[in-house]
Amino acid sequence: MGEVKLMKGNEAIAEAAIRAGADAYFGYPITPQSEVIEYLMVERPEDRTGMVVLQAESEIAAINMVYGAAGAGKKVMTSSSSPGVSLKQEGISYIAGAELPCVIVNVVRGGPGLGTIQPSQADYFQSTKGGGHGDYKLLVLAPASVQEMADFVDQAFDLAFKYRNPVLILSDGVIGQMMEKVVMPEQKPRLTNDEIIERYSDWATVGKKKSRERNIITSLELDPYRQEAHNLKLQEKYKKMEENEVRYEMINCEDADYIIVAYGSSARIAQKTMDQARAKGLKVGIFRLITLFPFPKNEINKLADRVKGFLAVEMSAGQMIEDVRLAVNGKVPAEHYGRYGGVIHSPEEVLAALEQKIIGG
Amino acid sequence: MTEEMIIAGFGGQGVLSMGKILAYSGIMQDQEVSWMPSYGPEMRGGTANVTVIISDERISSPILANFDTAIILNQQSMDKFEKSVKPGGVLIYDPNGIIKHPTRTDISIYTIEGAKLASKMGNPKIFNMIVFGAFLEVKPIVKLENVIKGLKKSLPERHHKLIPLNKDAITMGMQNVVKASI
Repeated sequence: MGEVKLMKGNEAIAEAAIRAGADAYFGYPITPQSEVIEYLMVERPEDRTGMVVLQAESEIAAINMVYGAAGAGKKVMTSSSSPGVSLKQEGISYIAGAELPCVIVNVVRGGPGLGTIQPSQADYFQSTKGGGHGDYKLLVLAPASVQEMADFVDQAFDLAFKYRNPVLILSDGVIGQMMEKVVMPEQKPRLTNDEIIERYSDWATVGKKKSRERNIITSLELDPYRQEAHNLKLQEKYKKMEENEVRYEMINCEDADYIIVAYGSSARIAQKTMDQARAKGLKVGIFRLITLFPFPKNEINKLADRVKGFLAVEMSAGQMIEDVRLAVNGKVPAEHYGRYGGVIHSPEEVLAALEQKIIGG
Repeated sequence: MTEEMIIAGFGGQGVLSMGKILAYSGIMQDQEVSWMPSYGPEMRGGTANVTVIISDERISSPILANFDTAIILNQQSMDKFEKSVKPGGVLIYDPNGIIKHPTRTDISIYTIEGAKLASKMGNPKIFNMIVFGAFLEVKPIVKLENVIKGLKKSLPERHHKLIPLNKDAITMGMQNVVKASI
């Protein structure tokens, strides 16, 4: 095991990108995720692995640099916070349409608009329902600790290349700014150009031999029947993700009467609520989402057969609750609780909501 | 053992670094730690606070409403956090600049003349370590040797010459913390 370090979530994600053998990072600073690019600038990964780090002139430029690098078969990442991620949506839709792999990090802050720099989870819809135009999905991972900020980067790259699809790491200001113990993964070597050509010659725009057709990266197909066929292929891919990539953690759900569904920092807060509830004799469990898309609907539907109610806790006016309700399908009550606009709910507030909305009701 | 605390004061007082040194000290004795700053548009002179948790067990919420210990270094923070100390908990504050002193009788209250002692020691920058020493005297949750180890780990090599001064400041704090009578 590696050395135990004390790091911010944002720093952990930056270091993990270097260690995952990423070829490039393109970004633009915005609170509360600026430590990602700050760390990379100080750490100078070009000296360590040859990884390129560039501060673009804007978020839009950064995502289009990602598009270009991804088209060449490179492992590439960008990060931002909510308003910046909104700016990136056009590029993300293009990358999803062109079926290219990349990792995007959103350290969410309160909105709408420029909103606030304080933590929020109000970008759930944008992340899971297609923030840009067209029928596309991102595979969305939600870390709940600094350790997961580090661990999910490499996993995200693997998933991105497995499905040739953008993978979003959806964090928030709490997980990005807090420091915890973290053990970094081992350094992976970057792929050489020859390895990239060998592995990705069926789609990447590198290493064309005379015997091979050109690879063309585009999201444009004007013939509607061909565009429909392309869309069907994409939908098939998203279905495979739903079959194979659902990830979640159940804590004390075996004997639970009531389940709190949460992800990211809200899942951490809810664990303290669970402890407080159990100290009062209330059998509360946590269903923590690790993938937001694919959503663990079957697992929650099964749980609904044996519990009395669900409380969806998220720092938003109620977004994830819609997916929870679809999964519960009316079997038992499913309610929402959350502070938002940059306010973080305390474990006590969550407990009061649980008692009032679910247990009392 | 789980210690849930808040350190609150002005930006520039070393609030966040005191929390960081505490967290590092916890790591040095194999404990779980969490350090969650308020990261508003803070600046020197604005308010700054950090929630630090040190525990033998996995830490659930990094966000807390109530604390075992509050270290309070300005009036705004006193107004905000005196009521957040758990009954039976500890409040440590520097009376310098405090107009409305704490009044709760269900918690233990201590004072440390951090600002005065720091200027007496000739270096206002070690203010936070004097306060930290006062905390360690009241709640010796981390060993001094682990604090020093933590400092060695968190400070860049070029600043290691300052470690003895920091150690003196901690000792100064330990010797001068006073139980307040309400």
